Amino acid sequence: MEQTIAIQLKNITKRFGKVVANDSISLEIRRGEILSLLGENGSGKTTLMNMLAGIYFPDEGEILVNGSPVTIASPKDAFACGIGMIHQHFKLVDVFTAAENIVLGLEDEGKLDLKAASAKIVDICQKYGFSIDPSKKVYDMSVSEKQTVEIVKVLYRGADILILDEPTAVLTPQETDRLFDVMRNMKADGKALVIITHKLHEVMDVSDRVAVLRKGQYIGDVATKDTSPQKLTDMMVGHAVTLNIDRPEPKDPTPRLTVENLTVYDAMGVKRLDDVSFTAMGGEILGIAGIAGSGQKELLEAIAGLQPLRPGASIHYRPKETLEGDAGIELVGKTPLQIKQAGVSLAFVPEDRLGMGLVGSLGMTGNMLLRSYRNGFGVFTDRKAPKKLAEDVMGRLEVVTPSVNFPVRRLSGGNVQKVLVGREIAQQPSVLMTAYAVRGLDINTSYTIYNLLTEQKMQGVAVIYVGEDLDVLLELCDRILVLCGGQVSGIVDARTTTKEEVGLLMTRFKKEAAEG
Amino acid sequence: MTGAQLTQLLQSAVFFGTVIMYGAIGEILTEKSGNLNLGVPGIMYLGGIAGLAASFFYEINTENPSAIVCLLLSFIAAFLASALGGLIYSFLTITLRANQNVTGLTLTIFGGGIANFFGGSLNTMAGGVGQISVATTSAAYRANIPALAGMGTVGTLLFSYGFMVYLAIILAVALHFFLTRTRKGLNLRAVGENPATADAAGINVTRNKYLATCVGAGISGLGGLYYTMDYIKGTWANDGTIEALGWLAVALVIFATWKTVNAIWGSYLFGLLFWMYLYIPGLTRSSQELFKMLPYLVTIAVLIFISLRKKRENQPPASLGLAYFREER
Repeated sequence: MEQTIAIQLKNITKRFGKVVANDSISLEIRRGEILSLLGENGSGKTTLMNMLAGIYFPDEGEILVNGSPVTIASPKDAFACGIGMIHQHFKLVDVFTAAENIVLGLEDEGKLDLKAASAKIVDICQKYGFSIDPSKKVYDMSVSEKQTVEIVKVLYRGADILILDEPTAVLTPQETDRLFDVMRNMKADGKALVIITHKLHEVMDVSDRVAVLRKGQYIGDVATKDTSPQKLTDMMVGHAVTLNIDRPEPKDPTPRLTVENLTVYDAMGVKRLDDVSFTAMGGEILGIAGIAGSGQKELLEAIAGLQPLRPGASIHYRPKETLEGDAGIELVGKTPLQIKQAGVSLAFVPEDRLGMGLVGSLGMTGNMLLRSYRNGFGVFTDRKAPKKLAEDVMGRLEVVTPSVNFPVRRLSGGNVQKVLVGREIAQQPSVLMTAYAVRGLDINTSYTIYNLLTEQKMQGVAVIYVGEDLDVLLELCDRILVLCGGQVSGIVDARTTTKEEVGLLMTRFKKEAAEG
Repeated sequence: MTGAQLTQLLQSAVFFGTVIMYGAIGEILTEKSGNLNLGVPGIMYLGGIAGLAASFFYEINTENPSAIVCLLLSFIAAFLASALGGLIYSFLTITLRANQNVTGLTLTIFGGGIANFFGGSLNTMAGGVGQISVATTSAAYRANIPALAGMGTVGTLLFSYGFMVYLAIILAVALHFFLTRTRKGLNLRAVGENPATADAAGINVTRNKYLATCVGAGISGLGGLYYTMDYIKGTWANDGTIEALGWLAVALVIFATWKTVNAIWGSYLFGLLFWMYLYIPGLTRSSQELFKMLPYLVTIAVLIFISLRKKRENQPPASLGLAYFREER
């Protein structure tokens, strides 16, 4: 089939504050072709496509649709150009039917004719091979049905350039296969398709061409038939960068936390962790690597006692000074308070700092109090100790704040993180869990955090570090556990492994694992 | 109870019901856009006093006031004053994103205060016995077709009311049609359910919210107008009845499960329950107050019932009470 160019991006740059999300990217999207946009988290894939969908506006550069320059300032402009994007988070009204959702916001003349709309929807479905019931309410639908509604919604509006943002993240393998069939049908119909993904086997399976982004840079594009998962991984993760993070050898590591057969389902009934087992040692930093959403959040929350576990799971804790054969404490089935009362000092620096970690409208003192409000005399809390701790943290970690009573929400991201880490370390933990501890922080603050974690490790704490930057994981941690789709795809020694090995483990999928 | 008493009870139920039906259907329109306006009592006060003041100044300054001018002046004044109340609420909650509950309650206090202040002034200005009366306007509001109203019990029950009783029913049906059968109505409901989705679909969330809230307030205010012109026959009383009725209107919104057609029979039922104490023998002053609680008890029962059934269509709009801000994700 003759492939004509649908969209040309020329030197597109997008910045958020100081962060460059897309750095002078040029890319072609062709009709009758499925293009995979591949990259790690934060590589700028979604940002780039959001500029085509009218969510963001590029700071620099030019967009050409069918050869002529266009300005896409809103989702409406995008529709006018024939561009439709299916976002990861569905934009549907629950109490409306499929048909009502699909016609929503269209400015056709005349009265609302749902019958005619339904007929058109059924037509579109037949043409490409989906099936939906136009009169079914969205709240009765499965995730894959909702996704179908989203796709039909953009087709109904006449889009011939479709962008799908990680469409398979929420689908079962069978549903994924069906979606790919539909995508191939649309390709045969001459539509241009872009699929944003970080799953290599899907790239190999469905796409004709792959464009790779890494840290906001455009690395290049290759025809799928000329490449291999190995080559794509190399493009995706790039070569290792030396960071010079100080990493002392661990002093006689001892098993602190033994996790066995951990399986977690989320509220939607989707399996988030699949039979995870590992041991975290006191005196070492265990890194957790994985594509976002591979179960990192659930893993930490499960250990902290915040996730309902499937039967058969065991989280076994051994205190610092135990002799061999000591029974230790079982954490499964205990609430966070019971875990604390059992004498286990778990410190948790969650991903959502101001949601789960701190109360934004309180000052440093108030936030310190969150860990100690049970102490004090009778109904009165002890306010002096937290104030002293707040002042201590402020001085030791150089938190920049007008006073210890200044609302932490109004501090910069780095200072917020220092308050949180400072509080957690002050618990004198025996296990310290951090999720994306340096996300959004500048280089200096990041190093402060690395040093704090290393300090804890040398004091015999079992540190669990969930990270996204492989370079940091490789230089900071002693061992790295790699999660892929909720499973442990490998535990490697951080001193001897390579970036490529970890990258491959992150994207290794079941089939390949079974074959290899 | 005799037949005559029953007719009388039903008739008072309709009078009573019409006041709160206006309040409720206006509020349903507002809430469908995701705005929980607890200022309904204040808005009904604004409608009542504005209508009364407009016709008072016209009647006092004109030799032979024309009924149709009286009617138009007071109707437009009431609608505009109430819509203005809705505009204040909209500006605070939509543009400035102030807390909806606090803003609504403030509006109730504001409306009650301003209406009672001017009501008192009008009573003083009217001189005489210190009671304002706009006879011509009130007569226009209460006019019916004698031939129809005279047809025995049926005439009394169905045709003995002023035009606003019928207008309320027409409005309730029209709004139901608008919300369920038209494109604009679908868009408006989407705004109240999921503003981010509506925004992404190219619907102007802010404009929809403003329009629904102001027009809704205008309709609610007509309840106050009907109360002053028809219910208490063109006078003013500083006794706080409008506020009590306003809260009943808010309760009726829940009772009607956010459907304007349900508000029609619901409002008459509330009226029936409210006036029942008059026809139950042997009640003392204190025990009749217990009966006046019935509408509220019924509302609580309905709330419990719909919460237990968990039918999604009977729930309030999903983003009711929440401000929408596009950049917040």
